[in-house]
Amino acid sequence: MPKTIVQEFTKGLWEELPPFRLVLGLCPVLGVTTTMENGLGMGIATTFVLFGSNLLVSLLRNIIPQKVRIACFIIIIASFVTIVELLMQAYAYPLYLKLGVFIPLIVVNCIVLGRAEAFAYKNKLSYSMADGLGIGIGFTLSLGALGAVRELLGNGSVTIWGDTSYNLMSVFPSFQPFEFMVQAPGAFVCLGLMLCVINAVGD
Amino acid sequence: MNEMVKMVVVLTVLASVAGGVLAAVNQGTAIQIEAQQLQFVKGPAINKLLEGASNNPIDDRFKITAGETERSFFVGKFDGKPNKIAFEEFGKGYGGDLGVMVAFDIESDKLAGAAVTVHSETPGLGANAKEKPDLVSQFEGLPVTDSVNVTKDGGRINAISGATITSRAVTQAVTKAMNVYQDIKPQLQQEIQKFGK
Repeated sequence: MPKTIVQEFTKGLWEELPPFRLVLGLCPVLGVTTTMENGLGMGIATTFVLFGSNLLVSLLRNIIPQKVRIACFIIIIASFVTIVELLMQAYAYPLYLKLGVFIPLIVVNCIVLGRAEAFAYKNKLSYSMADGLGIGIGFTLSLGALGAVRELLGNGSVTIWGDTSYNLMSVFPSFQPFEFMVQAPGAFVCLGLMLCVINAVGD
Repeated sequence: MNEMVKMVVVLTVLASVAGGVLAAVNQGTAIQIEAQQLQFVKGPAINKLLEGASNNPIDDRFKITAGETERSFFVGKFDGKPNKIAFEEFGKGYGGDLGVMVAFDIESDKLAGAAVTVHSETPGLGANAKEKPDLVSQFEGLPVTDSVNVTKDGGRINAISGATITSRAVTQAVTKAMNVYQDIKPQLQQEIQKFGK
């Protein structure tokens, strides 16, 4: 059944929500979501790359030969990732320092290559743009949510952007930060619990 | 055969265009990135090393091209004279390039200090090179003709335990800085006089 552009966009927000429904691209999901700000920043960078690569791949899909398509995708994706990295260095340097090596690693994020291969290479430009944007925003929201939960439990605060942060301990002075949550194993546990909730709601 | 040619052409064109676009973006953002690095990375290190200077070392800087690299030098004025100079050098750390800002006292030819700027070392181990002063404080006051090495390599710098590679990267960067300083000292003295008003 052919979908409309709106459906292609909204499927990324729930039905094919990357980390929770597809369980794809978990490396940055687990790695950078120590705070909500990091998660959102990573999500926005990935959205830019997804949107750009979907757009170009779809635009060039009749020119790119079948046999070298992966190589072409990688060139396109790697270019966008480098652009994001440079822009982030130029305009959001503190965030760039925090995300560090995870920015160049967007190149190997399987969501980006996956959308290029499975969707943009086979679909019209407008659909591919909607798909890239939808999946990207879904990814951003997922990372933001996971970051918020981990930061709230692990550090007692929620940082949305820069210095705008809310501290739980000022509301509940007896709250003890559960440091485990901001460490690597906490990421798995937290992701697992959120997956569980989302699966329960989704079915 | 035809298909073969098409593949080569498409890949070549795509790669060239990508290269061109990236070069343009790189050039377009270079100034802004430098400003951001000065503010967030080099700035804190410089201010720590040249603490108490009567001028603003970040504003009082000049560039010298030695060999193929262009370096920024930051001038610190103490007792009314521009007598300290700091610049950044890099060593190969555990997680990639590790930057060290090294300050020199130009009158006594001694190291005035070192501070880590950028790194991708392991948190809790190598990252302590930046967080804790134990390693970098050992460089202060050494003559520039000294050779700096970690004790494991027969030197006298105590490495951070569990982070020998990081410690080596720091000594490597300091050694490079010392060599550069000795190589271009006449030029440095000449340039630094301009800040002596």
